[in-house]
Amino acid sequence: MTSILYIAATILFVGAGLLALYRIVRGPSILDRLIASDVMLTTLMLVIGADMAINGHTRSIPVMLVLSAIATFATVSVTRYVSKQDRAITGVERQPQDPLAKGDS
Amino acid sequence: MTFDDVLDLLAAVGLLLGAFLSLAAGVGLVRFPDALSRLHAATKPQILGLIFIVAAIALMSRSWSTLLALAPILVFQMLTAPISAHMVGRAGYRTGNFNADILHVDELDEVIERATRDSADGAAAPSGGASGERTDPSGAVPL
Repeated sequence: MTSILYIAATILFVGAGLLALYRIVRGPSILDRLIASDVMLTTLMLVIGADMAINGHTRSIPVMLVLSAIATFATVSVTRYVSKQDRAITGVERQPQDPLAKGDS
Repeated sequence: MTFDDVLDLLAAVGLLLGAFLSLAAGVGLVRFPDALSRLHAATKPQILGLIFIVAAIALMSRSWSTLLALAPILVFQMLTAPISAHMVGRAGYRTGNFNADILHVDELDEVIERATRDSADGAAAPSGGASGERTDPSGAVPL
């Protein structure tokens, strides 16, 4: 019974990773790729935890701890530089009306 | 069915729920139209999925020391996930990477328009800054 649930969880994780990879490859703007890579990192964390739960060891807890603490650094550092350079691609006709963005450029 | 079997089954169900949330984030990434709605889908497994997986590990190992080591993972994730979501949402709004037609309300747009108008008035008449609320001459918008 439990092994069936393990296999189902593995299949769901693989599907999540593949969908995030699709969005990383296809994503029209760098923001979409950033969000997708964040999802892939979260999926990696969950897979590490699932491996610990299925195989019954606790060796990977420091890896999960470090990932959960510093996974936000990449997102913050990329989005700081996205704001003024990356314009939207499809379906968006809005121009940024931020006085700060205009004043600095 | 002993108590240990019940705990194993609960842990397996927790694993399955965490994996389902992760897959839901992947489906949302592929099917949602713009960056902000993709962000909404992407933040689901970051907290709730991790809670399920951590509960599964705790149910599987059944020791207090493991639970003590697992608690900081959730604490750090709960501290850092809102930061990254906030930064992504800010960048998505500033670059216009969202579909304004499907928004119900855009409160930040009104604030920015008012601040832009106030700063323009302040530039025309520099001594007339008595209109009250938050008329910063530099036009700074509290983002």
